Amino acid sequence: METTGLTIHEMRDLLDTGKISAAELTGSFLRRIHELDTRINAFIRVTKEQAEEAARRADRRIREGNSTLLTGIPLALKDIFVTEGIETTCASNILKGFVPPYDGTVVRRLREQDAVFLGKLNMDEFAMGSSNENSAFGPVRNPWDETRVSGGSSGGSAAAVAACMAAGSLGTDTGGSIRQPASHCGVVGLKPTYGRVSRYGVIAYASSLDQVGPLARDVEDCSLLLQAVAGYDPHDSTSVSLPVPDYRGSLKNGVKGMRIGCPKEYFIDGLDADVIASIRTALDRYRHLGAEIVDITLPHTDYAVACYYVIATAEASSNLARYDGIRFGQRIDDGGGLIEMYRNTRARGFGAEVKRRIMLGTFALSSGYYDAYYLKAQKIRTLIREDFAAAFDQVDAVLTPVAPTPAFLLGEKMDDPLQMYLSDIFTIPVNLAGTCAISLPCGFSAEGLPIGMQLIGKPFAEETILRAAWAFEQEAGIRKGPPL
Amino acid sequence: MTSRYEAVIGLEVHTQLTTSTKIFCGCSTAFGAPPNSHTCPVCLGLPGALPVLNRTVVEYAIRAGLATRCTIAPRSIFARKNYFYPDLPKGYQISQFELPICTGGHMEIETTAGGRKTIGITRIHMEEDAGKLIHPGEGSRFSHVDLNRAGTPLLEIVSEPDMRSSDEAVAYLRKLHQTVVYLGICDGNLEEGSFRCDANVSVRLRGAEKLGTRAELKNINSFRFVKQAIEYEIERQIDLIESGGAVVQETRLFDSASGVTRSMRGKEEAHDYRYFPDPDLVPVIVSEEWIQSVRGTLPELPDAKIERFASDLGLSRQDAEVLAADRALADYFEACAAAHNNPKGCANWVMGEVIRVLNESGQTIASCPLPPENLAGMVKRIDDGTISGKIAKTVFLEMWKSGKKADRIIEEKGLRQVTDSGAIEKVVDEIIAANPEQAAQYRSGKEKVFGFFVGQVMKASKGKANPQAVNDILKQKLAQD
Repeated sequence: METTGLTIHEMRDLLDTGKISAAELTGSFLRRIHELDTRINAFIRVTKEQAEEAARRADRRIREGNSTLLTGIPLALKDIFVTEGIETTCASNILKGFVPPYDGTVVRRLREQDAVFLGKLNMDEFAMGSSNENSAFGPVRNPWDETRVSGGSSGGSAAAVAACMAAGSLGTDTGGSIRQPASHCGVVGLKPTYGRVSRYGVIAYASSLDQVGPLARDVEDCSLLLQAVAGYDPHDSTSVSLPVPDYRGSLKNGVKGMRIGCPKEYFIDGLDADVIASIRTALDRYRHLGAEIVDITLPHTDYAVACYYVIATAEASSNLARYDGIRFGQRIDDGGGLIEMYRNTRARGFGAEVKRRIMLGTFALSSGYYDAYYLKAQKIRTLIREDFAAAFDQVDAVLTPVAPTPAFLLGEKMDDPLQMYLSDIFTIPVNLAGTCAISLPCGFSAEGLPIGMQLIGKPFAEETILRAAWAFEQEAGIRKGPPL
Repeated sequence: MTSRYEAVIGLEVHTQLTTSTKIFCGCSTAFGAPPNSHTCPVCLGLPGALPVLNRTVVEYAIRAGLATRCTIAPRSIFARKNYFYPDLPKGYQISQFELPICTGGHMEIETTAGGRKTIGITRIHMEEDAGKLIHPGEGSRFSHVDLNRAGTPLLEIVSEPDMRSSDEAVAYLRKLHQTVVYLGICDGNLEEGSFRCDANVSVRLRGAEKLGTRAELKNINSFRFVKQAIEYEIERQIDLIESGGAVVQETRLFDSASGVTRSMRGKEEAHDYRYFPDPDLVPVIVSEEWIQSVRGTLPELPDAKIERFASDLGLSRQDAEVLAADRALADYFEACAAAHNNPKGCANWVMGEVIRVLNESGQTIASCPLPPENLAGMVKRIDDGTISGKIAKTVFLEMWKSGKKADRIIEEKGLRQVTDSGAIEKVVDEIIAANPEQAAQYRSGKEKVFGFFVGQVMKASKGKANPQAVNDILKQKLAQD
């Protein structure tokens, strides 16, 4: 296998033993991106020079014996992370030309380790979407079947890792935007607990739901990336000052005696038969590994999607007000005065889905509707959070599907936003509850498309779900690379 | 005002806080820097930036709340007020809406009739200021945006509609101004916009329960304009009603040049601000201990100070009010009275010469070149008879100019008062001898010439003779012959 197909922890050994240099490793990834990405479209921008420069810095550091876990590892960032001196667009026309004057906290933390950034990854515009078709830079194609979607909104982050165009990546997850594309692309994706990772320098979609997380080729890599970015940040008032445990250190402790819940509400009509079969197999495997499977109930699951589309859009309508053409990004000024400039800039700068959500959210917050929509949704959110709290009195983790179906065809749901919204039905409740969940491959459909399962953990119990995921991964031995 | 009507007035005051950094980032709040030099990703509203609350702002809000007898909320919430304007970088202002930090307070004012009246404080909340637009003027298609002020902390202090005249409104505003300056949370500078006022004005028939429709007056940036704007507005509303019209709810802009208010936007055009809790900020938690520790740092407020100056220091109520009107002036006076235990004497000099010379030289008490201890040293020399009150004025000006202490000036210039009766007698004898005609006039009953003799003696002694001794000796000598 090419070095690009290795895991981060395998690359680490090669780098630290001098079998390969960061420059060579980076070179292989850049070549692979050059060869493949015209087909996949995972990258919005490849930062070749900066990557090569970072690799040279990493090599010096490795030679000096000061390497850390991610020194010299070629990673890529969803284009939602602001990066100093590198255009950051959030896959929107309205931000074209925006070169941030600062790095966000997670980017800074990775830079301090001398990780190598290969470029900025494609996504649904402003992280709004489940298929990565809402991008001003065109859709991302699924590396397993290029007629299918990658999932979204972190479609580029999932596809780049699946196609071995990056060793690992960072995405963001507001309603499933890491887990769902990870599932569709057959990689591991983790949404940490709200507050675990700083949001400073992450372009906001829905501030009370957004959370940064890693996408990687295996569970161990996922734990390494989380380790690197997790922790309190004084620049983010909502980040939590709890100590960051050694995630990797506890991976191998097994699941013997672990109680895993299986919520009946997640086995809905329309759930793909192959998905059901894979989840059943996974449950059996856990029994076999010594875990106890417990039937549980999460009674307010039905309301989650509606609740999410009120809260997320309400916050988005306000978060996206700053794109007004005054200070940065695109300004479309036909000389008709201020209001016209606002209208033109936003009408032409934002894509259809973004505008749809801004309008939904504006409506939900409007005088006379606030109580019926926003306030009601907040109450439902509390109920959903209580559902999980009650479930976690009984179990250590909850196992569910990630998405109702494997990756769907490009264009299949573009004319039906409601159908599209329902593809996040299993991931959304986790964001509303503010807790953590991991998506990892658990099988394949009849057409050979990857299927993912979701392990949901208690707040700040990333350790538990990583451990459960690692145990399954070892046991299942599921093929990692797509046939590219 | 037509006496059938009464006005109902409530004020919303924005006070800019004197914290050294902004409310949600570390940028400086200093006034007058080059445009956009005091900015960062947070106050520029750049994508990805997040606010972090400045703790000092909360402390200042607690101070204001305690001084106005408000309830301090143990948990308050920041909300977003959404609207588009180029001086508002994020497209929303971070403010407080449903759960402000302070509620339900009050302040006492003095009415023109000499009585006292309680004005309710509905709420005090924390928020960020917007930036500034600079319009280059005719011929330019563009306006410029300066975001140095964006993110400067403000307290909005909202009163109950408890005022019934422009005079009450001004009295409340002055009292509030005095209070926030006293608390050290606002510099009170009206020209630089540190203390801004909007007025809600309505009128109703006297005795009516129901409030009339109100107009909100904006852009009134001096105490005089507040009076003018409210009076104009009351008259406008009464005229409107008297002529069969109706007041409409609207925002009106005060034009200080013409003294009138003009409609800015009506109710239909009123913004729907779509307030909702800001998800980027956590609730503001204020513990009882915090409140108590802030209470411990509160300075004595004007009312208490006036009371103390009058009862403990024996000043007249009027003098006490003059001195307590300005915290720095009161501190100056107290330092002076502490150095020399004659509060009345010190007060007279502070209110008299000190203020006069400050005004003449365009200085404030904060930059007064004469230390209060030096002034006290001079008053002491008047009281112990070393110099006369008249000579003291010379000493005062010399202290002011040179920075020297009174004793040194008295010594160097030989200004010590002559109290030695032998020396004075000698001068008196000489003066009487030199002016026999006036002496005769005096003795024949023309007592007015006595003043002439005093003047002559003082002149001969270069003002240093003790005036009382001169009087006594002159009377005695003139009566002798």
